[in-house]
Amino acid sequence: MNSVVCIAQVPDTEARIKIAGDGKNIDETGLKFIVSPYDELALEAAIRLKEAQGGDVTVISFGPDRVQQALRECLARGATKAIHIKGDATPDSLVIAKALAASIKNVPHDLVFFGKQGVGTDNSLVGPMVAELLGYPQVNVVTHLEVADGKAIAHREIEGAEEVIEAPLPAVITAQKGMNEPRYASLKGIMAAKKIAIDTQTPAEAATPSVTFVKLELPPEKSGGRKIDGSDPAAAAKEILKYIREEAKAL
Amino acid sequence: MATILVFLETRDGRIRKTSLEALSAARKLGDDVVAFANDKAVAAEAGKFGAKRLFVAPAGAYLTETFTSAMQKAAEQAKPAVILFGGTSNGRDLAPRLAARLNAGVASDVDRLEMSDGKLRARRPVYSGKAFATVEVSSTPAIATTRPNAFPVEEAGGGAAEVVEITASSDSKARLLETKSPEAGEMSIAEADIIVSGGRGLKEAANFSVVRDLAHAINGAVGASRAVVDAGWIDHQHQVGQTGRVVSPNLYIACGISGAIQHLAGMTSSKHIVAINKDAEAPIFRVADLGVVGDLFQIVPALTEEVKKTKAH
Ligand SMILES: Cc1cc2nc3c(=O)[nH]c(=O)nc-3n(C[C@H](O)[C@H](O)[C@H](O)COP(=O)(O)OP(=O)(O)OC[C@H]3O[C@@H](n4cnc5c(N)ncnc54)[C@H](O)[C@@H]3O)c2cc1C
Ligand SMILES: Nc1ncnc2c1ncn2[C@@H]1O[C@H](COP(=O)(O)O)[C@@H](O)[C@H]1O
Repeated sequence: MNSVVCIAQVPDTEARIKIAGDGKNIDETGLKFIVSPYDELALEAAIRLKEAQGGDVTVISFGPDRVQQALRECLARGATKAIHIKGDATPDSLVIAKALAASIKNVPHDLVFFGKQGVGTDNSLVGPMVAELLGYPQVNVVTHLEVADGKAIAHREIEGAEEVIEAPLPAVITAQKGMNEPRYASLKGIMAAKKIAIDTQTPAEAATPSVTFVKLELPPEKSGGRKIDGSDPAAAAKEILKYIREEAKAL
Repeated sequence: MATILVFLETRDGRIRKTSLEALSAARKLGDDVVAFANDKAVAAEAGKFGAKRLFVAPAGAYLTETFTSAMQKAAEQAKPAVILFGGTSNGRDLAPRLAARLNAGVASDVDRLEMSDGKLRARRPVYSGKAFATVEVSSTPAIATTRPNAFPVEEAGGGAAEVVEITASSDSKARLLETKSPEAGEMSIAEADIIVSGGRGLKEAANFSVVRDLAHAINGAVGASRAVVDAGWIDHQHQVGQTGRVVSPNLYIACGISGAIQHLAGMTSSKHIVAINKDAEAPIFRVADLGVVGDLFQIVPALTEEVKKTKAH
């Protein structure tokens, strides 16, 4: 069972976002980057399949040189191969998807994993785009996965319910919380990862972006509203109700 | 005359609210608004909210591959400048797949839309609401998914949309085996107008009833912080935040939630925020429009009673 896991490197979720001088991008100085949290779930699912059924786990990331750090971390957790596709961060997810799809074609695989969303870009686009480019079925926002007999049975989260979907392999799966609990890297894993060379590639065809940044801005500071003392619960409840009816115009 | 094609998700013969929001937003982008649905029973409703034509493929239950080919057919006939999807689970599943098929650019989860020099301009929250990016999509068509609750639903007062039947290829590799509704009758936080959320301040799982009772009385959905989802008090479908759902209801009531940056990222764009917390220094108060410093176990049940009283009148 061979898997490919696509890894987005994203700013730490604790990070404060600063706007760069061009007014279009974020200022990366001093910013800590992490493996996008949903991609950790995707990686864990692939590693468990490898442990149960054998095969390779290839992690692929498109981006500037800093993404090699994210790939190293994935190798330390149990990925067996890593590919870095060189490219600048872009708001056009299709450019990323095309580069990934072209590279994935050259790697043996039964499953291609993604996070349900890159935390930060918050697009939720790349997985289904790659599925279409490769002509594979996709199951998006998966909370539970079983793989047997050339098929994936995946639970897909939708509003207030869950769908159980069967997809023949090869298939694209995007991981949602609940799928598993990702492991940490072991010291042994970190040492072993150092011996694995990262395969560095440049995109086969440079796609022209059709989505471009016009502007990046911070949200207006919330002024911080009224604060009231709730030591008299009945009075506080009345005050909240008044706010709900008069200002939120609810009820 | 720019044509805008809108994907309408239907449920029980009705158009879902998020799709109606997208349909309403479409009318501001172009004067020829057309739509796609899998059920022609919604032609009257589609017309009322501004669709002149409704492409219908009797595609049955949602499957990514069949719906992609149906939308491709609709796009071939309508030749839209823009295709909009409401940001439902299915809308967000379908938009990127169709985009790759049509070689089109996508802006997802947008909260503002406009045409600028014939190109689609969209604003979208990024870094979970810590910043806003404005992007321009220069492909034809340009595709966008709208953030639930970001655009108002507005009637256009038109008659029923003219139904145009199309056929879609039905060879989907994936199959739907079953749909499970673990918490039947529970409202999803994704589209809710009102959300009442609980955090670790509730002390234990059983106390979630305090939050549920208020949500029930006020006709809202139940939200939660990650701390209580991780503790297993409630299913992660309810989690609000950077690694849960980003929500923007009209009213968000946070009970016993401290307001960690990852939680704030998921709810700061709510229109009205009420926070109840016993710690006057809790960061949640920085974003609350009305902050109440006190014991949730006393205040929330009192509020539930007040709400019930109002509704009884
Ligand atoms: C990568 C990453 C992603 C994350 N993603 C998310 C996310 O998506 N969503 C999310 O919510 N968190 C997320 N977190 C976790 C986040 O950092 C916080 O740990 C979490 O939000 C805290 O939950 P809480 O507010 O319920 O608990 P606490 O921080 O423990 O707060 C409990 C609050 O209850 C108050 N309280 C106690 N008793 C009472 C009482 N009787 N009456 C009134 N108030 C009372 C306390 O004063 C306190 O403020 C993430 C963390 C990481 C590292
Ligand atoms: N630059 C990238 N390199 C590799 N995989 C990516 C990249 N960007 C996004 N992905 C994958 O696509 C998923 C969804 O990302 P997004 O569409 O940006 O929300 C992520 O969770 C990753 O699995």
